Amino acid sequence: MFYREAGDFSTTYAEDQQTFPIKFDRWRYYVVLFIAIVVVPFFINDYWANSLLLPFLIYAIAAIGLNILVGYCGQVSLGTGGFMAVGAYACYKFMTGVDIWWGGELLFRLPEFNIFFSVIMGGVMTALVGVLFGLPSLRIKGFYLAVATLAAQFFLVWLFNRVSWFYNYSASGQINAPERDLLGVLITGPSTEPWATYLFCLFFTIVSAVIARNLTRGASGRKWMAIRDMDIAAEIIGVNPLRAKLTAFAVSSFFIGISGALFFAVYLGAVEVGEAFGITKSFLVLFMIIIGGLGSIFGSFAGAAFLVLLPVLLKVVGVDWLGWPTDIVAHLQLVIVGLLIIVFLIAEPHGIAQLWRVAKEKLRLWPFPH
Amino acid sequence: MPEQLVFTVEVFLNGLMAGVLYALVALGFVLIYKASGIFNYAQGVMALFAAMTLVGIQNGQVPFAHLINAIFGTDVHKFGWSVHSFIAIALTVVVMVALAWAVQRFVFRHLVGQEPIILFMATIGLAYFLEGVADLMWGSELKALNVCAADGACLPQGMNLWLDETTFTAFGTGIFIDNLDIVASVIAALLVIGLVMFAQYTKQGRAMRAVADDHQAALSVGVSLNFIWILVWSLAGFVALVAGIMWGAKSGVQFSLSLIALKALPVLMLGGFTSIPGAIVGGLIIGVGEKLFEFLIGAPFLGGATENWFAYMLALLFLVFRPQGLFGEKIIERV
Repeated sequence: MFYREAGDFSTTYAEDQQTFPIKFDRWRYYVVLFIAIVVVPFFINDYWANSLLLPFLIYAIAAIGLNILVGYCGQVSLGTGGFMAVGAYACYKFMTGVDIWWGGELLFRLPEFNIFFSVIMGGVMTALVGVLFGLPSLRIKGFYLAVATLAAQFFLVWLFNRVSWFYNYSASGQINAPERDLLGVLITGPSTEPWATYLFCLFFTIVSAVIARNLTRGASGRKWMAIRDMDIAAEIIGVNPLRAKLTAFAVSSFFIGISGALFFAVYLGAVEVGEAFGITKSFLVLFMIIIGGLGSIFGSFAGAAFLVLLPVLLKVVGVDWLGWPTDIVAHLQLVIVGLLIIVFLIAEPHGIAQLWRVAKEKLRLWPFPH
Repeated sequence: MPEQLVFTVEVFLNGLMAGVLYALVALGFVLIYKASGIFNYAQGVMALFAAMTLVGIQNGQVPFAHLINAIFGTDVHKFGWSVHSFIAIALTVVVMVALAWAVQRFVFRHLVGQEPIILFMATIGLAYFLEGVADLMWGSELKALNVCAADGACLPQGMNLWLDETTFTAFGTGIFIDNLDIVASVIAALLVIGLVMFAQYTKQGRAMRAVADDHQAALSVGVSLNFIWILVWSLAGFVALVAGIMWGAKSGVQFSLSLIALKALPVLMLGGFTSIPGAIVGGLIIGVGEKLFEFLIGAPFLGGATENWFAYMLALLFLVFRPQGLFGEKIIERV
């Protein structure tokens, strides 16, 4: 009854082209944003922040990034974990001051960056690395590329494990986020407030979503989609495939890098690269976009929420209520995730986002569906 | 003969042995890809599943014992008997055929005509599902795998003493080769010959090749696609079982066994997804290449553990110059 567009006229082109043309939709999003920004920080506690909200926000950024590459540009990548690691390590280096050595002598040393700019630099560095590994995509296509991105995954993890410059020669080989603040509020380190870390991640998530949404419905998004649908045809109608693919790799890696930086600096605080950014992470983010919906920004959020909630839900039901051992629940989770992937691919290849779209369409027509 | 050279020869031979095993896993991929265009990421997990099933049947484990105990509060673990290796292998083959049927019936029949990349993602889902089922069914702890024909006649373990002594007397330095690797290479070679014979000289093999060539044309001359796909997945399951036995006997049956699939991927990229000889040659190149690189460059200069990525990098560089792989069919694209 409320979800309708009757009487909702757009009188300018700008109004006609806005992201949420239906008034109700727009206001609903404003309400969601209001609750997320203003209400939640007052009620948040450590449990909610660390087990649900932070991972959700951070994975949502990674999923948006991967969705740009896979869902919009059609280049399947299994290197997400490696790119997240680049973001994390770049962020760490910029947080602690980048030092360049040559022949045992310190050539120069950048001053320590503010945490905000460190995270952004994490994204920028990842974008550069992403372009580098995206270069073969012009010649290699489909599966071959999917497998080729595994090269990035394994090589980057190995690099961060072996080259001690990246972890500042620490004995454990781990990187630990030192205490850093933004405008006097602690963002990283062990003694942070949940609302501060939450708002910090929320800011990046919202900005990423807005940027991604506007990029994908603009000229570059059209080019990516043309490449995805048929690259040779796209080339003939004047899309430069190299440019389109490389920008997709760059933008996608930028977001993935930011999520990696947040994952390390704000969420975990300490990271061992093989464990935190292994190939399972690549698959996890890939699953998020398959379940959420390929080629949809909302789908990235839905998929991230789903796969962050599922383990928590299973743990609550399996371990706390039924009293099963944790390893059984963990294996059951593998079975359920695998089954869900297959079911979604068979029944609804466009994921939760498509279910949502169908539901919206039904609501718009309700109560007179014909 | 200088010591360094003998070491290099040893590394080369070991690489060759490892390459044979990679090729064995890659074969499973090629079989399925040729016949159905599905790039089966789950091949490694199938090897794990097969090896776990084999061990479980051998030891008379109750399937899903953990789950049953957790739900009903019982305490069952084993039936209390142990099964002879050959019977266990035969039973495992039956299980793998059943799996092939189920995969065809419940997954890929519904995905006919979808884009290859969707099918690929479905196999990733299948891999997760199978891994979870395998762990729930047989438990996730490390298990030893012994395949014995009779008492004392098991798959051999340990260093080949004869080779070591002969080379020691000849060059002053022994060459270390694992007995199991030699046996594995022989078995893998036999399997490859068997598969090629099957594809070339039997009716089903001919049908398989027809399907690989052109689905529509094969259908129109009366080949049952359904049957061929189940046959191919069963064959891939059998290859996975052999690979699982070899790797399981070497380092125990555990989760890391499923990662051999990741080793086989660069082999495929190098050799081409559609070529059986490609899988073999690619496997040998990757096996020898990564062992030699680790020995000559990786360990002394780069801090070791280069085996994890060298194969991928090699394949990636190679693909930039020849995108369809060494023996792959030429990719012709038209609008």
